[in-house]
Amino acid sequence: MSTKLIYFAWVRERIGRPEEDVELPAAIETVADLLRWLKSRGEEYEHALQYPDVIRVAINQEHVEHREKIAGAREIALFPPMTGG
Amino acid sequence: MSAVVPVVRIQAEDFDVAAEIARLTRGRNDIGAVVTFSGLCRDEQGRLSALELEHYPGMAEAEISRIAGEAIERWPLQGLTVIHRHGKIAPGENIVLVVSASAHRQAAFDAANFLMDYLKSRAPFWKKEHHSDGSEGGWVDAKEADDKAASRWKRD
Repeated sequence: MSTKLIYFAWVRERIGRPEEDVELPAAIETVADLLRWLKSRGEEYEHALQYPDVIRVAINQEHVEHREKIAGAREIALFPPMTGG
Repeated sequence: MSAVVPVVRIQAEDFDVAAEIARLTRGRNDIGAVVTFSGLCRDEQGRLSALELEHYPGMAEAEISRIAGEAIERWPLQGLTVIHRHGKIAPGENIVLVVSASAHRQAAFDAANFLMDYLKSRAPFWKKEHHSDGSEGGWVDAKEADDKAASRWKRD
């Protein structure tokens, strides 16, 4: 099953695309695993995810912690801390 | 009292504060207090020509609705409206509006304050600066003070 990844703000700019569909390796269980795997996919990902701790993540449009399991996620969004309001 | 359903709108267009107050109070005799908060775009002493607000469509509505629902659970509100704009916004223009209505002022003040604190740290919006001198602007950094402001509303 493919998962849709969506990027916002400087995460989107550094990765160089707003979204993509990926086949996640079975070994990826948590958000932290996903960030580690993505970071190894190339320079642009390395640049965007250099400091994984600051990256905020939403699964199916709800905020989650990095230890959250990603099983069954249709849509995972990665973005910097929010600055609305 | 029937459950209050918050009005949540994410839009590019501007909003009319007076019209939004009237929408909550029209035809009612039980509202004693209306608090509004408007957030506007500043030019930072002439440095900025605009702010560009990026948002996560779908999640922006969902997250603000969740926060609004929590406010309705915590305070005896009679109406609640939250409007957040996206896109390019010039200095002096509106960015965000919260209108809370209640029988008494304290609930209306607290709910509006809570909404803004939570919105700052949880609503998926990101501001990018556009500089007046044409140089490349950057993304606004999140403030630790905003996270602290949100955490003071935490309950056990």
